[in-house]
Amino acid sequence: MLNTEELIQTLTNAVGLSGYEAPIHELVKSLFKPLADEVHVSKVGSVLAWKRGSVQPKDGRPNRRLMLSAHLDEIGLIVSGVEKGFLRVSRVGGTDARHMLGQRVLVHPQGAGNPSALSPVPGVIGSRPPHVLPPTQREKVVGFVDLYVDVGLPARTVERRFQVGDLVSFDVRTAKLKGDRMSGKAMDNRVSVVTELVCLDELQRLKHDWDVVAVATVGEETTFLGARTSAYALRPDAAVAIDVTFASQHDYATHIELGKGPVIAVGPNYHPKLTQRLIDTCKKLEMDYQIEPGIGGGTDAWPIQVSQEGVPVVEIGVPLRYMHSTVETVHVKDVERIGRLMAHFAAGLDDKVFE
Amino acid sequence: MILEKLSNAMGVAGNEDAVREIILDAVRAHVDEVTVDSMGNVITLKARASSRRAARRNPPARVMIAAHMDEVGLMVTGHTGEGGLKFCSVGGIDDRVLPGLRVQLGKDRVPGVIGLKAIHVTKGDEDTRVTPRESLIIDVGATSKGEAEGIAPLGTYGTFAAEYRRLGQLASGKAFDDRAGCSVLVDLLQKPAYPFDLYGVFTVQEEVGLRGAGIAAHRIDPTCAFILEGTIADDLPKKKDESATTRLGKGPALSVLDRSVIADRKLVDHLVATAEKRGIPYQFKQPGIGGTDAGAIHLVREGVPCAPVSVPCRYIHSPVAVLDLRDYRNTVRLVEASLRDLTPDTLTP
Repeated sequence: MLNTEELIQTLTNAVGLSGYEAPIHELVKSLFKPLADEVHVSKVGSVLAWKRGSVQPKDGRPNRRLMLSAHLDEIGLIVSGVEKGFLRVSRVGGTDARHMLGQRVLVHPQGAGNPSALSPVPGVIGSRPPHVLPPTQREKVVGFVDLYVDVGLPARTVERRFQVGDLVSFDVRTAKLKGDRMSGKAMDNRVSVVTELVCLDELQRLKHDWDVVAVATVGEETTFLGARTSAYALRPDAAVAIDVTFASQHDYATHIELGKGPVIAVGPNYHPKLTQRLIDTCKKLEMDYQIEPGIGGGTDAWPIQVSQEGVPVVEIGVPLRYMHSTVETVHVKDVERIGRLMAHFAAGLDDKVFE
Repeated sequence: MILEKLSNAMGVAGNEDAVREIILDAVRAHVDEVTVDSMGNVITLKARASSRRAARRNPPARVMIAAHMDEVGLMVTGHTGEGGLKFCSVGGIDDRVLPGLRVQLGKDRVPGVIGLKAIHVTKGDEDTRVTPRESLIIDVGATSKGEAEGIAPLGTYGTFAAEYRRLGQLASGKAFDDRAGCSVLVDLLQKPAYPFDLYGVFTVQEEVGLRGAGIAAHRIDPTCAFILEGTIADDLPKKKDESATTRLGKGPALSVLDRSVIADRKLVDHLVATAEKRGIPYQFKQPGIGGTDAGAIHLVREGVPCAPVSVPCRYIHSPVAVLDLRDYRNTVRLVEASLRDLTPDTLTP
């Protein structure tokens, strides 16, 4: 059995911002390898792990193919200027200004041949002391144009070592809370990559006709690059997009709850028959599930749905609190259940699925 | 220097026990008397060097040096039906830094997080307006009121979960206000005796209104007092020409006047003269900002001449305060030299 907690820990602590997922390729490949027949990295950096169907069709046609899509990238910051020894930053993806003050970060210098490129430099995002601010400013969120990253180095050194385009990630290690909850950065969407691993692991013990291709896609937080290109390349017969979704929390009311099981999305983005199959699979497994109606659009499911001649797609959500913060919180059991659900869903796929 | 250990310890105002233990361990072997008073102030006496020459040269004097042990933090004030913890701040915490924070609660340092609704679902100006503390909760993973009460009962103290670390030439961590001062004072007490009785005092409850320092000063009845602080440095680049209050790397900051005290001019002049003589960098803190234990100490009995000396800290009262270790070392140098050079003239009004 896989250690889900440890996988969540490892994958969320690793750093791979949108467009710069390469640093975690080796880690992700090494996690998929023991569970897949073949693992490769696509032209744009998505990681694809193939688990072949249990039997090859006799007529020489290729197996039908199920694509799983969970994005690998995470949000963060990028250096937009160097000013008097401090770094100015802009967002990569939907980073939320409300969470920035008081954060510890790692600055990753970029550039071929840059000797500092391999070792991240610690920094902090500080705030002007409230003691000296007029009351109106204390009530206003400090926007990205007014934020500085402080790396504690003399101005000359900062100018020499850093440049526009260097990446900034949040320096947070995932923590275990009570009741099987885990909190940290990049739960969105590394926990869904973990659901893929759990699924492939479960499939080792199940017979399945279809090939299952688990994809860790790049660039979801920005342009859906990975899902778009992988769906194009794979031409899957069906696909499952896995992404985090909003769970109820103190300041946001919804019927979706942490720890209450997979969230099955219903709406125009999702194939009705496959969605019903997901629900039936939950029932068969006696697994609690939650239904989230919506038009879709914020996840890999949309670009997959409209790839080539179209791909029947379903979406499973991992309930998550405090999205796009450094304290994103999930329930370990939800992650495990979703992995198991997908495996049994995949194993149940046959030629008659769309009839 | 035990700054790292002190910074990592939990010691919110009214709950300074863990910090006190570290300090007692560090100074016990270097002082002649240790008292812990009714509120928890640590009062140490380092008796004067007993050479006859020193005794002749110096009138009997009691010099007090104070640094406060407490830090700003949080306290659990209620539990929601869903298992969230309501909380208040203990001391001045900036509401702007709370969202996205990891905190630790109680003796067992139970981890909790403070989150906000996702930016995707905010409405109107919600994403640009600071969320007031009353609307936040700490999430420890509890799912019911009862469970939350069991994990963190009413009154449980909390702090930022933030480990000390080096940052380039600087150091970063929580509670530098005033563990920087505590650490400087420990360094001073570990040095050889001074030519007068030195009372090293580690006070409690500064952040909630200078509550501990007064009773300690009353007990000691000092001739004069120096107050060691970690103070505001506001030296980020700014669009408008505004004072930085103090700047990192420019040496210990001397206060002339703040919201709590007008420093004794003779003591300030003595600090300046010592710095000039020894070539130690120093700066003046911009007058009118902040306050220290001096505010309580200078009012005790018939009055006590006071002078605050501070290590400049960026982002104080946040999990990522930053100080320059050169400023720290120069603060130790300046205060030690000033103490050794104190003359009867400096001590008499």
